[in-house]
Amino acid sequence: MLLVLEQGLNGLQYGVMLFLMAAGLTLVFGIMNLVNLAHGSLYMVGAYLATAFARWTGSFVLGALLALPATLLVGVVVEVIALRTLYERDHLDQVLATFGLILFFNELVAIVWGRAAIYTSLPPSLSGSFVLLPGLRYPTYRALVILVGVAAAVFLYVLVTSTRLGMLIRAGASNRTMVAALGVNIRRLYTLVFGLGAALAGLAGLMAGPIYAVQPGMGEQILIQVFVVIVIGGIGSIRGALVGAILVGMVDTLGRAFLRPLLSTMVSPNAADAAGPALASILIYVLMAAVLFFRPQGLFPARG
Amino acid sequence: MRTMTRAVLVGLLATLAAVPPASAETVRIGFITSLSGPAGIIGKHMKDSVELALDHLGRRVGGLDVEVIYGDDQQKPDVGKQVADEMLKKHKVHFVSGIIWSNVMLAVAPVVTRERVFMIGTNAGPHQLAGKDCSEYFFTTSWQNDQTPEAMGKYMTDQGLTDVHIMAPNYAAGKDMLSGFKRYFRGRIVAEVYTQVNQPDYQAEISQIRAANPKAVFVFYPGAMGIQFVKQYAQAGLREQIPLYSVYTIDEVTLPALKEAALGIWETRYWSPDLSNEANTKYVSDFRKKYGYTPAFYGAQSYDGVMLIDAAVRAVKGDLANKAGMIAAMRKADYKSTRGPYKYNLNHFPIENFYLLKTVRTPEGEFAMQIQKTVFENHKDAYAKDCGMQW
Repeated sequence: MLLVLEQGLNGLQYGVMLFLMAAGLTLVFGIMNLVNLAHGSLYMVGAYLATAFARWTGSFVLGALLALPATLLVGVVVEVIALRTLYERDHLDQVLATFGLILFFNELVAIVWGRAAIYTSLPPSLSGSFVLLPGLRYPTYRALVILVGVAAAVFLYVLVTSTRLGMLIRAGASNRTMVAALGVNIRRLYTLVFGLGAALAGLAGLMAGPIYAVQPGMGEQILIQVFVVIVIGGIGSIRGALVGAILVGMVDTLGRAFLRPLLSTMVSPNAADAAGPALASILIYVLMAAVLFFRPQGLFPARG
Repeated sequence: MRTMTRAVLVGLLATLAAVPPASAETVRIGFITSLSGPAGIIGKHMKDSVELALDHLGRRVGGLDVEVIYGDDQQKPDVGKQVADEMLKKHKVHFVSGIIWSNVMLAVAPVVTRERVFMIGTNAGPHQLAGKDCSEYFFTTSWQNDQTPEAMGKYMTDQGLTDVHIMAPNYAAGKDMLSGFKRYFRGRIVAEVYTQVNQPDYQAEISQIRAANPKAVFVFYPGAMGIQFVKQYAQAGLREQIPLYSVYTIDEVTLPALKEAALGIWETRYWSPDLSNEANTKYVSDFRKKYGYTPAFYGAQSYDGVMLIDAAVRAVKGDLANKAGMIAAMRKADYKSTRGPYKYNLNHFPIENFYLLKTVRTPEGEFAMQIQKTVFENHKDAYAKDCGMQW
């Protein structure tokens, strides 16, 4: 039972990480109608900048605090220089251009920091594990990731539901033309939204740094799951991103942990060994296909 | 109209004639590896080693000029096959070499050997190519996948270990690695787990390990997968509780990113930078001098690959049409290998030593893999008997 709880926490932790990525991607897609494949690159930039700043300042927390605005800045610069011209183009052009950005960022990072994965570590206070319940030890850093992810979700919720910017974001997601017609500076809104999305991706990246391999191309590994999340959640909807991310995180983690033991109670252990991992790896795509079949707009469509 | 047709035909002929005929004076080697994506760093170790080998040979292979065409397989079998096709048809290469991943190798090797072009593998050693699908045109300077985990299985059995949890990514080599381990491990295996290739997060699997509480864990996680697994294993606090044994997981590619997280972990391998012989000392020290980092086994094998090709071309005095002569020459493995002298088995896989390695902190404060002892001497792979090649 404790193991199920622990795996549930693991699923939640993976889910909030996906949420931070998905929130930015879904906002940019929903409001700006821009397919941004380079979202994973901002995640990578966040991880690299946090590592570099942490080394420079000698403090993990300071590094993270500096990396966040820095990634936001990178996002704003990318929006102003490269993406502005793409809003009126069709999705294929956007896919090509943002794919180009992926190659650009991967090479840039390889030139600055080298092709090898760079060394990342945690301060001793975060690197151990603590007793969550009698008989259940949980890694401190993973628990921190959950807390930060939940805090970010609450922050976004407040931002979207109770601020003027949030109102504009919601309005932009529902009807962009009307928002522009009402005299809102849609350009500035776009830049802000993109910067916000970049900062969220950066936050996911800087938290991923100490756990994953920080190297060129790390963003593309998580990007596919993030797209699955926003398709499940409904494009343009933050609530959808949250629900989709937790769902994908849970299904993926619990599938990896329990599908094989579950199968071996039904079929022979050898067949379970062969089928278990294969099934676990396609579970989230099966989930996506099911959602698309029953609710093609996703679980929480932004536009009616 | 007719004159126009003729003019076009003449023009066509002229362009055809302008394409230089495939010259016999240049050896063309197509080197396929992963140059982009998460495995790009492994490709860099290999490419840098090929270039160093060419430097050592004075930019000539077997006395002929040499042209190396590098191809990026992006760690995908279909892309690897396309790249190989292009090398065969467009560049008319005499040798295809490289290849990190067993699934890529299984897609590429048949395409190459079918054209009676040499495939000189410098890493992946899937069991199919050592057994029933072996070929006169296929040689490798590395190992058959099962051999290295066999050495670890032997060592862990000798230590009297039992109740071991074993893990690998779910692809051709992952399965070979675990079946090799099981061939020599006599203790009890409590769980055999396969994960997705390039999976970044192992927390779910690590929680399962903690709950099952085995006596030891054996894994195969090459490249970035190894960095992530070992980091997360250490962060979960399991490294002190349940010792970790691995193959192809802690090496000179992953060690710089892992440092103290890898301390004390055991590996088995056929080669290490501290292996003492003349060719290896020269390779490692010149590599460090030229590139400023320490090469991994991926590099040593690629360096050896060029040296093997050099020996073959030299033996036939540059007559690249004499394929039988080159096969006979390569079977002798008559070159200065970085692992020291070795022989080829009937299936063209090396019969070689395997050592036990441990991650240690050197007196200079660096982290390094060091050879502890020899586990197997002149170890043969398990599949040669299915090959049927006689010589």
